[in-house]
Amino acid sequence: MLSILLLSVFGIANLFLGFLKNRQVLFIGAIIFVLLSFVANLIEWQNPLNFGSSINNAMMATNTTSTLFVAVLLLSAFLMLPLSKNYIQDAEAQPAEYYAILLFSLVGAVMMVSYESLMMLFVGIEILSVSMYVLTGANKRNMRSNEAAMKYFLQGSFATGIFLFGVALIYGASGSFALSEIKSYTSQTATISPMLYLGLMFALIGMLFKVSVAPFHFWTADVYDGAPTFFTMFMSTIVKTAGFAAIFKLLATSFVNTYNYWQLSFTILVALTLLIANITAVYQQSFKRMMAYSSVSHAGYLLLAVVAFNERSSSAILLYTLAYSIATISAFGVLILVSSKNHNEEYNSFNGLAKTNPFLAFVMTVAMLSLAGIPLTAGFFGKLWIFISAFERGLYWVLVIAAVSSTIGLYYYFKVIIAMYLKEPYKKEVAKIEVSLPYIVAFLLTTLLTITIGLFPNLILGLLK
Amino acid sequence: MITALWLVLVPLFAALITFFIRNQAKLIALVASLIELGLGFYIFTKFEPLAKLQFESNMPWIPSAGINFHLAIDGLSIIPFLLTVFLVPFIILSTFNKSYEKPNVFYGLILLMQASLVGVFTAQSAFAYYLFWEGALIPVYFLAAIWGGEENIRPSFKFFIYTVFGSLLMLIALVYMYMQTPANHSDEASIFYKLGFDSQTQNVLFWALFIAFAIKMPIFPFHTWQPDTYTNSPAPATMLLSGIMLKMGIYSVFRWLMPVLPTAFFENAFLVIILAVIGIVYGAVIAIQQKDMKKILAYSSFSHVGLMAAGLFTFQQIALQGSMIQMFAHGVNVVGLFFVVEIIQQRTQSRDLTELSGLSKSAPMLTILFAILMLGSVGLPLTNGFVGEFMLLMGITKAYISTPSFAIGMGVFAGLTLILGAVYMLRMFQGAMFGEANPKTANVKDLNWVEALTLIPLATMVFVLGIFPNLLLKLSDSTIKDLLISVVQRIKL
Repeated sequence: MLSILLLSVFGIANLFLGFLKNRQVLFIGAIIFVLLSFVANLIEWQNPLNFGSSINNAMMATNTTSTLFVAVLLLSAFLMLPLSKNYIQDAEAQPAEYYAILLFSLVGAVMMVSYESLMMLFVGIEILSVSMYVLTGANKRNMRSNEAAMKYFLQGSFATGIFLFGVALIYGASGSFALSEIKSYTSQTATISPMLYLGLMFALIGMLFKVSVAPFHFWTADVYDGAPTFFTMFMSTIVKTAGFAAIFKLLATSFVNTYNYWQLSFTILVALTLLIANITAVYQQSFKRMMAYSSVSHAGYLLLAVVAFNERSSSAILLYTLAYSIATISAFGVLILVSSKNHNEEYNSFNGLAKTNPFLAFVMTVAMLSLAGIPLTAGFFGKLWIFISAFERGLYWVLVIAAVSSTIGLYYYFKVIIAMYLKEPYKKEVAKIEVSLPYIVAFLLTTLLTITIGLFPNLILGLLK
Repeated sequence: MITALWLVLVPLFAALITFFIRNQAKLIALVASLIELGLGFYIFTKFEPLAKLQFESNMPWIPSAGINFHLAIDGLSIIPFLLTVFLVPFIILSTFNKSYEKPNVFYGLILLMQASLVGVFTAQSAFAYYLFWEGALIPVYFLAAIWGGEENIRPSFKFFIYTVFGSLLMLIALVYMYMQTPANHSDEASIFYKLGFDSQTQNVLFWALFIAFAIKMPIFPFHTWQPDTYTNSPAPATMLLSGIMLKMGIYSVFRWLMPVLPTAFFENAFLVIILAVIGIVYGAVIAIQQKDMKKILAYSSFSHVGLMAAGLFTFQQIALQGSMIQMFAHGVNVVGLFFVVEIIQQRTQSRDLTELSGLSKSAPMLTILFAILMLGSVGLPLTNGFVGEFMLLMGITKAYISTPSFAIGMGVFAGLTLILGAVYMLRMFQGAMFGEANPKTANVKDLNWVEALTLIPLATMVFVLGIFPNLLLKLSDSTIKDLLISVVQRIKL
């Protein structure tokens, strides 16, 4: 709760800081603001603040799970912001507005993980989505950025509409927006109205669109590709984390009794997402598009944890989103640096990176290994935990598909590693890529976190019992 | 008190140090591997063959889920463990005449590989074991791919994808078994042994695990990655792959397959022995046709591992022990032979038998050591290869598969390895060493002291184990006996 208040205030403060015309202040300000919110979130976890029942009552709630997901969101934002250094130096950029929008979008994301009422969920989704539409088009002189923003906006608002329609139907059946009321309706009513099922289906479709689960993933590649890389990174981590936390929370609190209704269709979606995303990713020439499909495939694994639907699921989603987020930040961060030098986002722009800049190559390698789920990285335990929870549910055939998909995944993740270590440099004359201090700090943090969680997963898993 | 954790940590820390020190990487790596060898010798002297788990270190890893990080040495671990600590110093020493690009990374990866291999051989809990199993793959992949040159990118990648696919199947099987353990669950090997699955479940799990192991060994028909990867990788990577990594597959059958799934192990023994015997003959026949010395060794390795694998499935104490000692013997011989080929290639820029001849005139010491290692690999009496092969073949002829006459037939086919092995090995030896020297081979220098220092201990080991096989056999004898008894008791048909 405290983090929402702080982030909103800081967002406005950031707008005013824009008057200083000093981009360095904005840059440092935004990082400090996110860090403060992160700390405030942890403080609130230890000492729950009471804002009076009128706010808490059936609107939002802070508990361990939501605090931890907020922590993942804010940690990702904190690790990402240093990577915006190059971006704000662009003469065209308007950093004050962008940082403010980023902070506001985090408000939406925090709402999505700590809502207690479907209205709050809707507000959260809208805040996050609208921010994302704007940021996708941030590069306003670029046709592809504009096209991506338009596509995202049209399809996204359509999905939000479907979601809202679903919420209305759920309200019609249960008579309430509050999760607890809906829960008592689904658990105590003898014959649940078909309207509720229909509403649930619509609401879920709307949310699955946001986290890009197949077959609602068609926007992903174009939008990720068109958006400025920094915002692609933001989109692929924050939206996914918040989205899956929201989906799981919705199902786990209010719709426990309807498991049989959505289980089969979700299972099929998992299989479909994993296969489509991984096979399509193999054929990409552009690293950024590959990362787009890779994010779709990770949505598949996360959805598998949702389908498993047991006490391990939320810790699996937490660990996986954290592992995925920090690895994605590393990967896109390196891409920002590499593509700013080569003006190219294809695999071959990574050629020979190990020779020209071993540090970046190492960061990228750890990120790719983590995304591929190789042991000693956080990604392995994320995947293992999802597999374990899926096993508990007995989803054997999906697990086999997940194993095959992981193998396919190795192929495209290793293409980058092969390009970096085994190919000759892209252009002989390309000078060494300059890596400034904020980047080094962010990369060291992401890489160390990835390896530390890979060795001591209990640091995260022990938090949520 | 030295525990198994130390044995992993020493090479691991040495690897981290090596990564940051560019100039003296070679020396640091050698010193670290010698320290590890010293620790290995200490373990060897203190090891109690009759006791069960020793040098234990058991730490909670994810306590809420009952997952432990449990390392220990017992009668099954000790021989592959000793093999690892014995071979790595010589593998590092064998590179002293050659300078590799980025030596800090190169030697760091070798040490990282050693840490993982020791971990695989000492892990007593499933997820720690899996961690090391994959942890061994990454360094060797980079060694093979980065220093293997342009033509090795594809073969090593194929090898990588193949093995990881196998590993994922294995992971699923391990997770399934973990889920079946009582209450808060546990991933201890000893608890897995108590799980009594029905025959059908065991069969599914068996194949999920066995394919992973079979790819690593490799057993026919999972071997297609092997010859190209062995041939194109730089010599140290090939030595690690064939000398030690191959044994991961064999060892894993002892630890994670036979005692966990006894019924399926029994039911599939027939099929696996047939596959293994096909591999023995097929590998040997192809080896005879090859001209490239490294290819010959690659196929000979494929053929030899078939024999070790066949022995595992016989339910005979003698064959299981044979497999154990053959693991060690094969590791020593194949590393020595790959080094001999590397030396020849460095001197003549060729390892093609049609271009080589008459090396014995200019390099007598190389010839003698090559001969010793070659005879060990062929399995001449008094060499290390003989003990293992003899025990394995004897076990196979008595195997509990189908009818006794069928087992004898299998034994006869498997025994072809002795004859065919002699054919390709002698052909290789004669082709390279004897005959008229040509311009390429006439002025070859004999071994320098570093090379001699590498090959002489390996060649000595050929005789030491050939004459005193009991040095190793006694270490695993009682454990294997217990294992066999407990497995046979738990077979439910």
